[in-house]
Amino acid sequence: MAEHTIKMPDVGEGVAEAELVEWHVKVGDPVREDMVLAAVMTDKATVEIPSPFEGEISWLGAEIGDVVAVGSPLIRIKTAGEGLKEESPKEVTPTPNPSPQGRGEPDSAPPKAEKASTDEAAAPVQSKAKTSAPPSPLWGGIKGGGSSLSSGAPRAEGEKPLASPAVRLRAKDAGIDLRQVAGSGPAGRISHEDLDAFLSAGRSTSAARGLARNTEVTEIKVVGLRRKIAEKMALAKRSIPHITYVEEIDVTALEELRAAMNAARKPDQPKLTMLPFLMRAMAKAIGEQPEINAIYDDEAGIIRQHGGIHIGIAAQTATGLVVPVARHVEARDIWDCGAEVNRLAEAAKSGTASRDELSGSTITITSLGAMGGIVTTPVINHPEVAIVGVNKMMMRPVWDGTQFIPRKMMNLSSSFDHRVIDGWDAARFIQRIKTLLEAPALIFVD
Amino acid sequence: MKDISCKLLVIGAGPGGYVCAIRAGQLGIDTVIVEEKRPGGTCLNVGCIPSKAIIHAADEFHIATEASKGASPVGISLSTPAIDLKKTIGWKDNIVGRLTTGVSGLLKKAKVKSVEGRARFRDGKTVEVETSTGTQIIRAENIVIATGSQSVELPNLPFGGKVMSSTGALSLTELPEKIAVIGAGYIGLELGTAFAKLGAKVTIVEALDRILPVYDKELVRPVEKRIGDLGIELLLSAKAKGLSGTGALLVETGDGAEQKIEADAILVTVGRKPATENWGREELVLDMDGRFVRIDDQCRTSMRGIFAIGDVTGEPMLAHRAMAQGEMVAEIVAGHKRSWDKVAIAAVCFTDPEIVSVGLSPEQAKAAGREIKSAQFPFTANGRAMSMADETGFVRVVARADNHLVLGIQAVGRGVSELSAAFGLALEMGARLEDIADTIHAHPTQGEALQEAALRTLGHALHI
Repeated sequence: MAEHTIKMPDVGEGVAEAELVEWHVKVGDPVREDMVLAAVMTDKATVEIPSPFEGEISWLGAEIGDVVAVGSPLIRIKTAGEGLKEESPKEVTPTPNPSPQGRGEPDSAPPKAEKASTDEAAAPVQSKAKTSAPPSPLWGGIKGGGSSLSSGAPRAEGEKPLASPAVRLRAKDAGIDLRQVAGSGPAGRISHEDLDAFLSAGRSTSAARGLARNTEVTEIKVVGLRRKIAEKMALAKRSIPHITYVEEIDVTALEELRAAMNAARKPDQPKLTMLPFLMRAMAKAIGEQPEINAIYDDEAGIIRQHGGIHIGIAAQTATGLVVPVARHVEARDIWDCGAEVNRLAEAAKSGTASRDELSGSTITITSLGAMGGIVTTPVINHPEVAIVGVNKMMMRPVWDGTQFIPRKMMNLSSSFDHRVIDGWDAARFIQRIKTLLEAPALIFVD
Repeated sequence: MKDISCKLLVIGAGPGGYVCAIRAGQLGIDTVIVEEKRPGGTCLNVGCIPSKAIIHAADEFHIATEASKGASPVGISLSTPAIDLKKTIGWKDNIVGRLTTGVSGLLKKAKVKSVEGRARFRDGKTVEVETSTGTQIIRAENIVIATGSQSVELPNLPFGGKVMSSTGALSLTELPEKIAVIGAGYIGLELGTAFAKLGAKVTIVEALDRILPVYDKELVRPVEKRIGDLGIELLLSAKAKGLSGTGALLVETGDGAEQKIEADAILVTVGRKPATENWGREELVLDMDGRFVRIDDQCRTSMRGIFAIGDVTGEPMLAHRAMAQGEMVAEIVAGHKRSWDKVAIAAVCFTDPEIVSVGLSPEQAKAAGREIKSAQFPFTANGRAMSMADETGFVRVVARADNHLVLGIQAVGRGVSELSAAFGLALEMGARLEDIADTIHAHPTQGEALQEAALRTLGHALHI
């Protein structure tokens, strides 16, 4: 028997550490070559670690949620054959999956992190949650068993639920699929009591059963994308003094124009939403105020103003917030912007957005769209310096000097990094966008 | 004739149809049932009930005959018995008559309207019935096809004259001296055995190389032995070719030779086929499943509002399956949430000895990928079997090795058909071996063999 150690691989992009987000194996599991052992997540991507050997897992060196330095031992595999070997992480060639939220620096930004030494076999597992003991083979052997993988399914897949005819009849009458009911009896038999428990659990939230105290506390480990979001938001709020500025925009004319353009569009052109107009308006306003389209490296004390306008567009997906990026908006016309937004939204929703498509923004738009809300206080997408938030458009009465007239109004709630953007400049930027959106023809003239 | 409109129309008053109609009537559904002949279908009129009556008469007569030969183990002696087959048939017909009248009464009590005549679909909602007084049109929201099945005829041996189906055999008022039975399925064996016990010389011709192919060899072995003891000649791997010029049955035996079997009656029991013709199926667009009408787990056909139950929907062609389907369909029509969820359908064979099988046999369970435990308890170790002078057979239990859930129970032996109730209940309730083993079984009964078989599967049988 030989034991091989698999270390946290260098997943590239100058990443020094990665968070373990998933174990696919537990100690004692037999593994084949190329079987996926674990998934780790960096700032930018989720990477699967395949097994380079056939053998049996003898040790797991981290728990889900642990941040592991590149080069640290991660997994040990017992194989038939000679000698104790250390597997160089270079031989592990993981295929990177894009991290849903991994937005990073623009392409030109230098890597911030130092490359960790891959030779340092004893590099400690760094647990940001401070809950894990330092790793040792013993600890790994005892605790790394992956007990969280055992499923609580009441019966094996395809196994028929076992119940007496009377229980089955009651379940049918109540419209219950017995496959969903756990059986407490011998051989997993479902009793009338099990059915009662299922019924009362299912209906305990209904008003008919009255109010009751709920003392339950559910612990949810903050890992993966949620942890990335949490860190990002905390970093932004901790380091950036936000100034939020709200202005209302009369979009009646814009809506008329948008409707006309959509009515006359060619078959190959996308249906336009409000977003492409806002993107073009922002590009125009940034042309006059380039300091808004910038990355502030506060550690180095440098503001990098970008010529290219890469607008991140915050999108909600099933797993959480992601920010796909529309690149070089300054070089796209309105139709092109519309098409790109549609494409990115689709890619983000389906989880197929690439790492490039999820990083490199220089300014961000956040829109809660049809959800409603008159004002938001958007959190700047660190290390950018500005974020533009779109609130719900609605018909409001507007005093035109002699009477109230109905106008389509929409608020923009935008935040700026007050360290580098003065209130005056922030207001000027938004006022310029207001002018452009209220007289939308101006968007199209130079 | 004034058209009838109803919520539920049942075509065929066999066990499936009449149960469906009675249950529907109980549920307050406006129900009409159409039947060409007497209610009760094959089961009551020419199947289960009359055959069991004849089998019983044959058993009684056989016991008496054995006693007259001085072969009674219990010491009874009597002079040569005689049987008046006309009287036997009369007794049987009386039973059938009481039962069919009973069904008519039950239908009436449930306020089901009965229409006599042959039904024929006009379209998916309309049926016409040729009655003795003219054509009756019935429109229904829901229609249940319960047309049943009929005996399969051999092309080279058409029914007529001495060639008869089971229906004909159950009405013989004179015992043929020599009877050839074609087909060693359960119908052929049940009737062949009965006629042999009544004194006829019986030859059974079977195309396969074994009898009762739906049961495993262990279960069949006691029946095979008994057939030999009764002097029944068994020709396996033999094909019936037709009648010779003199009226003898021509048979091609397994080695290709031709054999002539002299017979006064030729009973063809080569299976039953679903009755899918002559009721206007061509007016509908029903999906078929081979020869059968395709149904889902609610007995719905491919057409909305048309259900099918019983033999016309597939195997096993058993009355109790049809009854359960009929009951379920009535409840579905009444708006209840129902679907077919039965664990097992018991199959009983009234041969000598009887065979009963519920759930999976050991081979079937293994074929289904199960790790199993199985054991049988022989009636030679059962006091009640001894005291009835018949110790042949056994009870066998099949259970999952991991959680002891009972997957199947089979038995062969005298009177074991009555054990089917316990077997079925055990499976339907989801019993484990321990449930059966820990239930007190009355002593002395044959049922104790079930408890002992469960105990033996667990490794601690007490009486063996």
